[in-house]
Amino acid sequence: MPHAEMVHWWFATGFLMLGLLLLAEVVVGPEVWNRRPWRRYLWPGLVFLLGVLMWPVMTFYTNSTIHMLAHGSWAQALMLAGAAELGVARGKLHSQYWRLCSSIGLAVSGGAFLIHEQQHWLFSRAAFLHHVLGCLLIVSALFPLLQAFRPRSLTAATGFATTFLVVAILLYCDRDTAAIFGHLSQYAGAPHR
Amino acid sequence: MSAELVTELQAKRRGATRAATWRIRIVLVLGPLTALSGLAWALIQPYRLTLIHPHGQGFWWLFSEPPLYVVLVGILFRLLIAPGLTKDLEEQ
Repeated sequence: MPHAEMVHWWFATGFLMLGLLLLAEVVVGPEVWNRRPWRRYLWPGLVFLLGVLMWPVMTFYTNSTIHMLAHGSWAQALMLAGAAELGVARGKLHSQYWRLCSSIGLAVSGGAFLIHEQQHWLFSRAAFLHHVLGCLLIVSALFPLLQAFRPRSLTAATGFATTFLVVAILLYCDRDTAAIFGHLSQYAGAPHR
Repeated sequence: MSAELVTELQAKRRGATRAATWRIRIVLVLGPLTALSGLAWALIQPYRLTLIHPHGQGFWWLFSEPPLYVVLVGILFRLLIAPGLTKDLEEQ
């Protein structure tokens, strides 16, 4: 079985690509982005895929009930957000308020990060990153919320895209046992590079 | 058509062209910038690349090379996404 940190890096890679796609959409504008039909499905499909891939994480990394619930609810929220965006891209869903599903997805993801991290901030680097990621995602849920009411807001779109880039960086920083700002609990285990 | 209107239209077209040029540049630079970040990371933390010291490493450690993932994402974006976007921007 791969280590938990490796799984974080794989998801970081997915989020990095997602952030780049969203950023590119912001740069070129929705008219140019939607000119080719396949491009419309790219990032919603990736969000949906990341949600699907959370299920094996839930299955194989169940350290406790709270982990299982966090990963499971996270998988569902990501799949809901991806499915709603796919529906909008396909033209089956028309309301701009479907973007609220992305907001819910981010809020649930943030909540899942915070709930399943039971250690304090400076316990280890992993604990610190889980706290930071949780808070970041909950605050970032405001961007798609804003987009639901102001779909052409450049600030909201840029914030939404940047969120995933920052999430990717934080996930790449994750190590199973490593110090954070010189702090590492004696209960965390032996550190490794 | 009056000369004033023509001048105004030309100025608008020039402005739109300039904006499109900047957009094309940003789209083209996103991938290489990402790949360069991965490369810089590999240079700063070479121990994150187990491929450099593969002896005694298991499959998952050899498969997990985060800096190379970043480089790969940058290359994929540059090769698969950026060309179509720049072409569509130019046509616009």
